[in-house]
Amino acid sequence: MELLSGGEMLVRSLHEEGVEYVYGYPGGSLLHVYDAFYQQSAVKHVLVRHEQAATHMADGYARASGKPGVVLVTSGPGATNTITGIATAFSDSIPMIVITGQVPSHLIGGDAFQETDMMGLSRPVVKHSFSIKHPSEIPEVVKKAFYIATSGRPGPVVIDLPKDMTIPNDRHEYSYPKKIKIRSYSPPQKGHTGQIRKAVEVLLAAKRPMIYSGGGVVLGKSSEQLRSLVRGLNYPITQTLMGLGAYPGTDRQSLGMLGMHGSYESNMAMHHADVILAIGVRFDDRVTNGVDKFCPDATIIHIDIDPSSISKTVDIDIPIVGPVDTVLDEILDIIKEMDETPDADALVSWWAQIDEWRKRHAGRYEKNDNGLLKPQEAIEGLFEATKGQAYICSDVGQHQMFAAQYYKFDEPNKWINSGGLGTMGFGFPAAMGVKMNYPDEMVVCVTGEGSIQMNIQEMSTCLQYGIPVKIFCLNNGYLGMVRQWQDMNYEGRHSSSYMESLPDWAKLAEAYGHVGLQVDTKDQLQGVLDDCFGKYKDRLVFINVAVDPDEHVYPMQVPTGAMRDMWLSKTERT
Amino acid sequence: MRHIISILLENEPGALARVVGLFAQRSYNIETLTVAPTEDVTLSRMTITTSGTEREIEQITKQLNKLIEVVKLVDLTEGTHLERELMLIKVKASGAQRAEIKRTADIFRGQIVDVTASVYTIQLTGTTDKLEAFIEAIGSNCILETVRTGVSGIARGEKTLSL
Ligand SMILES: Cc1ncc(C[n+]2csc(CCOP(=O)(O)OP(=O)(O)O)c2C)c(N)n1
Ligand SMILES: [Mg+2]
Repeated sequence: MELLSGGEMLVRSLHEEGVEYVYGYPGGSLLHVYDAFYQQSAVKHVLVRHEQAATHMADGYARASGKPGVVLVTSGPGATNTITGIATAFSDSIPMIVITGQVPSHLIGGDAFQETDMMGLSRPVVKHSFSIKHPSEIPEVVKKAFYIATSGRPGPVVIDLPKDMTIPNDRHEYSYPKKIKIRSYSPPQKGHTGQIRKAVEVLLAAKRPMIYSGGGVVLGKSSEQLRSLVRGLNYPITQTLMGLGAYPGTDRQSLGMLGMHGSYESNMAMHHADVILAIGVRFDDRVTNGVDKFCPDATIIHIDIDPSSISKTVDIDIPIVGPVDTVLDEILDIIKEMDETPDADALVSWWAQIDEWRKRHAGRYEKNDNGLLKPQEAIEGLFEATKGQAYICSDVGQHQMFAAQYYKFDEPNKWINSGGLGTMGFGFPAAMGVKMNYPDEMVVCVTGEGSIQMNIQEMSTCLQYGIPVKIFCLNNGYLGMVRQWQDMNYEGRHSSSYMESLPDWAKLAEAYGHVGLQVDTKDQLQGVLDDCFGKYKDRLVFINVAVDPDEHVYPMQVPTGAMRDMWLSKTERT
Repeated sequence: MRHIISILLENEPGALARVVGLFAQRSYNIETLTVAPTEDVTLSRMTITTSGTEREIEQITKQLNKLIEVVKLVDLTEGTHLERELMLIKVKASGAQRAEIKRTADIFRGQIVDVTASVYTIQLTGTTDKLEAFIEAIGSNCILETVRTGVSGIARGEKTLSL
């Protein structure tokens, strides 16, 4: 057997897992590991400018590919800088491996230089974590970490690696385990057939059915099954912020997003439904609004791989615990074998009702006639310029909601945003992670002038590695989402929501060696986007788009109300 | 309602912290917690008493089950079970009190395990209710110190919590 140092074992193990890029930042505790990286070329290291960005890069890659992203950072401040990114991934169940350096074992607990208790700090925001006690454990721990991160309900896993585990001349036998079994961990493999049958019966008997699907369908790679089911039944579907694209957003049966900023028709249809099939969702408070008033007439079927998601906030009538793909396969089989069809007459009148709701709020926003773009218009322009084909990596704020509402995603894994934690600063590094791995695809970061400044330093990384993402900054001069709440609930007192002293964005982009473009009026938008994806195709382009600072995101549910209680504009309420 | 949750846990560093951390993070309450290795040294057995609504208890058990190191878990209060707690209690015992305390200890089947001229240390095992009844009977003004292990529980009959 081969003898390797701990540092070499780590690199080799990552290679065995098929890892191409590791995003990270070196430091004292990891010098042996970085030296091991230097001496091979199979696994490439990408040097970020801030560890938080490394986590979001790995995360963006994971969301686009379905494979775990890998992060490598040093002990102490390097490790603490990853916490936001780990929590972001945890909130959205994203597979990620975060390897943190640690001070040598004999110093642990003694308040050594750059020592922090990373196991303790990260515990509430990881699926699991490991601390290495002997170099020979490294291959098995890496194998376990990848297995845990990617199976069941995915999530981030931390490996804490004391420096003395990686000493170059401390060599041990290396072999990478082919299979791993963890006796205390066995994620569900299939749903309960009896429950599934019951669900199908209820589903087929529905008069006003709704399918409510979420991020679990994207994570569970079940978009095909979802499409077959929805089309086969001719039922309406609404998708959560995390689920967009699993079912095509441009399709007739798609009612768009639901929840706090969901479409009028989605929220109305949910409220009036008699049967709801919830797939890979978690009845988040940003979806349900007041739980006591949630969908009063509905029998709810819930498919999820995580038993703790069932009846957590809303009582479920027919729970099905299992992986979405196998459960949907079984549902499709049972429907076929039962040879029964939904109630056609009921469906006709249900669709007629839905079409009426669609008409009621069809315009959705008013355009300006002075040339100043509405943010919605800018997103629609982006949609056209990219033919709906781009990966859209969003930051957090009004621009995020406008992107979710107005960019219609027809494929899963292309809408990448921090839904659960709502992390400003996520979008740009996430876009970088996607672009590095999908260099031929259009990858756009939709952001605001607030969010982009939370990881703006990564423009330097983009130059070093040639990562030509497009930054589409909807600049309203405000922390727009904060301002909107202040307008609605605090009589317009804009406490600390105005971003003064903004930089000259074009010059900033140029200073980092990139291209900066400006859109001040409507008529400039198309030309600038053409240049961005044409002439400057291979460059990072920062487009600063001046948009109307007064705009609010609508619909907006009235807090603690039912699904159907919404503001539709500044003056109109349901 | 009060529940007794019994957990078979990997006997690994950090596992206990994960269980306790979970209760703190999600603001579930722990009334008592006991933990020790089993006959199989790779496993620890933990008993937690907690209380909450049915939905809270369901979430607690589900969230505990999600912890990788939790091998198996059972809510003992769902079936018939035995529960025991051990208490060592140090009480003032002088003059006329001395005989009275001895008698009370006997009634509760407590054992006097240490004696000085003015102090008895009594050992008592039983359910939480029994220990509390004893404390009540002795009266708080003669208690100098109490130490309790917290509840350990096991199902009645053939049912076992094992690998
Ligand atoms: C790290 C972080 N800090 C604070 C917030 C709270 N927050 C949510 S949206 C928002 C404003 C975002 O401003 P900007 O990026 O300009 O987007 P806009 O809403 O103007 O489109 C803030 C401060 C957050 N989500 N994340
Ligand atoms: Mg803004």
